[in-house]
Amino acid sequence: MRVAVPVFPGSNCDHDALHACGTVMGWDTIPVWHQETRLPGNTELVFVPGGFSYGDYLRCGAIAALAPIMADVKRHADQGGLVLGVCNGFQILCEAQMLPGALLRNESLRFIHADVHLRVERADLPFTRAMRAGEVFQVPIAHAEGNFTLDPGDLADLESRGGVAFRYCSPGGEIGETHVPNGAMNGIAGIVNLRGNVLGMMPHPERAVDPKLGPTGGLGVFRSLAEAFSRA
Amino acid sequence: MKVRVSVQLKPGILDPQGKAVEQGLHGFGFEVEHVRIGRLIEMEVPGSDATEVKTRAQAMCDKLLVNPVMEKASIEVL
Repeated sequence: MRVAVPVFPGSNCDHDALHACGTVMGWDTIPVWHQETRLPGNTELVFVPGGFSYGDYLRCGAIAALAPIMADVKRHADQGGLVLGVCNGFQILCEAQMLPGALLRNESLRFIHADVHLRVERADLPFTRAMRAGEVFQVPIAHAEGNFTLDPGDLADLESRGGVAFRYCSPGGEIGETHVPNGAMNGIAGIVNLRGNVLGMMPHPERAVDPKLGPTGGLGVFRSLAEAFSRA
Repeated sequence: MKVRVSVQLKPGILDPQGKAVEQGLHGFGFEVEHVRIGRLIEMEVPGSDATEVKTRAQAMCDKLLVNPVMEKASIEVL
């Protein structure tokens, strides 16, 4: 399994992605500078990492979405390749119009870092297939702009087509405003495109995979990807 | 020609920054409501035909300056 991790000026979770995919999962994981125009040959997964690409200038992810490498990331996705965007990576995928919606400033106006619980809404994706629908897992968030927003009509479309992959919830799996850390509409923590091969999420599964560093609630996502690739 | 693009959050999009500033103004005793915070972009665009320059500025908004999910823009050619 070959993974490409695009690195932008200001990315700061690229090494978390490299550690999770390379060291923990043992995948062939290659950092790719944003000025490159081609992903490494035979790339199967593109992991767009978190951080503050281009200092969040204009809007979070807006400038990174125009970086030369992103044209090839789009081509990869158009051909059915997998793309996972985490945190700033999610913002970049939205700005690149590979996913619908936008991530606004948290309702509290504060940067929030916390462990949160997520409920799996779709267990049939390459990113979730090793998990069960309704399963709850714990992962950290660390963001100031994670307030997922979409026009009401588009939000209804997203929900009705099963575009929500993960929702914030209580440790017991209950959904409700009190469990949403950032004001995100419908408690949305992660979404997937129509084809099911591009997933964006604000929480950081890659920061919760190594038992030497702490809890491993994020492993489900990586085990799912491993399963998806062993069957491909 | 000088172009001024004013980017505002769409009505209905929560503006926590505007809300915080509104509360700050209330703290000073000002009577004020519906404070919304936007972004003002000024630029020099080559050309002498205002309509044509405005069309190009609109294209810039569509491509980069505005995220239509949450923002709207008004363009002024000065």
